[in-house]
Amino acid sequence: MASLYDFDHEIDIAWCRGCGNFRILASLKNTLSELELDPDTVVLVSGIGQAAKTPQYLDVHYFNGLHGRSLPAATAIKASNRGLTVIAESGDGDTYGEGGNHFIHAIRRNPGITNIVHNNMVYALTKGQASPTTRVGFVTPVQPQGVTEEAFNPLAVAVSLNAPFVARAYAGDEEQTSEILKKAITHKGYALVDIFQPCVTYNKVNTYQWYKENTYYLGEDYDPCDRPAAFAKALETGKYPLGVIYINDDRPAFEDTLDAYMHDTRPLYERTIDLDGIKRLMDSLRT
Amino acid sequence: MSIVFSGQAGQGLQTLEAITTKLFKRFGYHVFSYSEYMSRIRGGNNTTQVRVSSRRVASYTRRIDIFIPMQKDAMRRFHDRITHETVIIGDRAFIEERYLEGHYPVIEVPLTALARDAGGAVYGNTILLGLLSALFYVDRQLMEEELRTFFSSLEEQRLQKNLHAAEIGYEEGKKLLKPGQAAISIEHSEGVERELLMDGINAVGLGALAGGCTFVSSYPMSPSTGVLVFFTQKAGRSSVVVEQAEDEISAVNMAIGSWYAGGRALVTTSGGGFALMVEGVSLAGCMESPLVVHIGQRPGPATGLPTRTEQADLLFVLHSGHGEFPRAILAPGNIEQAFALTRHAFYLADKHQVPAFILTDQFLLESRYNIPELDTSKVYDQPFIVRTEKDYRRYTLTESGISPRGVPGFGAGRVRTDSDEHDEQGFITEDFGMRTAMVRKRLKKMDGLMEELLPPAFIGPEDYENIIVCWGSSYHPVIEAVEMLGRKDTAVLHFSQIYPLAPDIAGYLSRARKKIIAESNATSQFGRLITCETGMDFDLRILKFDGLPLMPEDIYDALNGQLL
Ligand SMILES: Cc1ncc(C[n+]2csc(CCOP(=O)(O)OP(=O)(O)O)c2C)c(N)n1
Repeated sequence: MASLYDFDHEIDIAWCRGCGNFRILASLKNTLSELELDPDTVVLVSGIGQAAKTPQYLDVHYFNGLHGRSLPAATAIKASNRGLTVIAESGDGDTYGEGGNHFIHAIRRNPGITNIVHNNMVYALTKGQASPTTRVGFVTPVQPQGVTEEAFNPLAVAVSLNAPFVARAYAGDEEQTSEILKKAITHKGYALVDIFQPCVTYNKVNTYQWYKENTYYLGEDYDPCDRPAAFAKALETGKYPLGVIYINDDRPAFEDTLDAYMHDTRPLYERTIDLDGIKRLMDSLRT
Repeated sequence: MSIVFSGQAGQGLQTLEAITTKLFKRFGYHVFSYSEYMSRIRGGNNTTQVRVSSRRVASYTRRIDIFIPMQKDAMRRFHDRITHETVIIGDRAFIEERYLEGHYPVIEVPLTALARDAGGAVYGNTILLGLLSALFYVDRQLMEEELRTFFSSLEEQRLQKNLHAAEIGYEEGKKLLKPGQAAISIEHSEGVERELLMDGINAVGLGALAGGCTFVSSYPMSPSTGVLVFFTQKAGRSSVVVEQAEDEISAVNMAIGSWYAGGRALVTTSGGGFALMVEGVSLAGCMESPLVVHIGQRPGPATGLPTRTEQADLLFVLHSGHGEFPRAILAPGNIEQAFALTRHAFYLADKHQVPAFILTDQFLLESRYNIPELDTSKVYDQPFIVRTEKDYRRYTLTESGISPRGVPGFGAGRVRTDSDEHDEQGFITEDFGMRTAMVRKRLKKMDGLMEELLPPAFIGPEDYENIIVCWGSSYHPVIEAVEMLGRKDTAVLHFSQIYPLAPDIAGYLSRARKKIIAESNATSQFGRLITCETGMDFDLRILKFDGLPLMPEDIYDALNGQLL
């Protein structure tokens, strides 16, 4: 299906055949088309990794920054022009490892951005080392005895920090992933969508088959506004819940709390220097 | 006249500094003040120097004319600076034995008791202010007015008590003016009362505003934090987005993100914080993003001396960031330059799409003095962003190396920026030809920076024998030292732009028979840079790295007998 976000020429994609990233890319394009956003105002922000190459493969504005730093950049982009739809998209290593501190503080700060994390439980681009979400016992060239660290639980962290929107998706299911992304992008404030992504080359444990067998969708009767229930869901292992796990509508978005927009709603690029203000400040130093 | 107050943290030295400088300036005296203090919130020993003069003064001196001890142990660190000419004024309890034996001019004033009578220890500083006002012949009426302005937020009763305390001090001071006692004669200068009294922090902040700054993201670290606070307090309610980031890594990546989206971002930090920002400098280099970084230097390595001063991050800043890309480094020598060069940094960064650094230090940021005016005529308004067309290419290869910079949402084009090597559109590429072209394009911007180079300031006779090179905040101490020496054959060459470096420096140096450099670091970083660029070496290096500012006397002593 052709979309507004397709290029009209061939592109050379750096992902392996069968990679879950293709499915996420398709879901994202589908979501953006269905939301009927003005493509001139959509900005993708990513770090470094195979997942972080996603912005290269659809026709959008993008900021492909440093490993681990998509969230600070995305936060600032949104805060500098509130009219933009800003999506930060990277891998689990990038977002939860190198960028772990930013992950925590972005949720606290709550910019109006969507954070898509391709969670393949491994560092793919650097050829298969453990990531923060790698399960205990997983053997890699750098962890030959198997990983011993407890796996990072992004959803539980996000719920504990009262993120406005916390969801988990599975790359293999484009339709549901699209639905979840749609909700995330239209939600006010920071929205996390952690997407289980099979890595066909470096993760032979958490395969398409494995995800199918080890996940289930939350039912109609599940109330994502119930925080303790959401926390319990986020902690579930064995079979992992998919869908919108937590919603909280109470927090103002970071960019809407800024003084800079109280009396002036224009994006920063439209602003000019307030010489009178500077002179007033100077005069206050004369007395 | 150099007055030094010596007390402990929490004793209100800062208030005393603020109000005495304001009052003396209001009366028409030129003033300068600088505090040296310990990295602690209570206790210890901190001192503030206030210079009051009939001429402009802008450096911290070793010389102390009046020393006011305000705690036990107030004098311990100053035995080498208190001379037989230093008048010691204060409570007997705070004056060390050795000074009470009749060889030093001591004026005992029972400040503690007077304060108690005035309502409590908190009034001690106001009494001192009154005393100094009388000693310096400041108009009593003016003193009262200043107190009313300064304490305008206090409730009436407290204000009255302060006014009363000042009166007590004033009367004490007048008693000292009897014949045979202390007498101070300083002419006051016309127009000084309308001048700006400010520190480097305000100068950097105002300069950023004049440069069109709309975004500040930073993480607190002395001595740069004042600039962050400038934006939340002074420039508050203005149109600047200000955010305290979770760390410096976030701060610099936010700043680059903001530039990408059309903001004009500043980060303010010190050496240790900048160490964490270095990856961002390289990112700006690759993305060809403008970036303005203010670094308030303090002594390292590591945490070093948090509240003190040094000029030892020059080579670090020069070489920061992996890979090869152009940059501009500015180092203001005084408050006027701190304003003008911070503004200029925004201009350079935006126009040439490079990181631009403003290198100050704790001394420059926290010293305060009166200046006639700041030149606000050179303000410019965002001429560098273009409206994009459908086929926009962010990294179009051009003659100058500069590609027109668009922002997302302004125009019909796509703005793609990448930390990977990229093609003209901003897509990742590993094409060797394109790589070569992009490296050349980035480095080509150096030519544009060279064209806008700020020349060094040359002060002195054309036919000089000796030349003293300095940079950044060493400007005033060096100038004052040369004045003290009274030499007609000695010139000063001050650099406010460190990089790119003025090519004519070799000419200046080769005309001198003796080449001297003065800087606040242990390894002569600027001297080494000059030697590296010109092949010329210095005959004498005056280096200071104890944490205190370079003082005119340091330079004077080092030069004495050394000049041709
Ligand atoms: C500062 C820095 N450290 C390390 C790297 C090398 N590196 C690139 S991607 C990556 C990890 C990628 O893992 P992830 O984010 O999970 O993405 P994936 O490739 O699995 O999609 C690493 C360690 C880098 N580019 N920058």
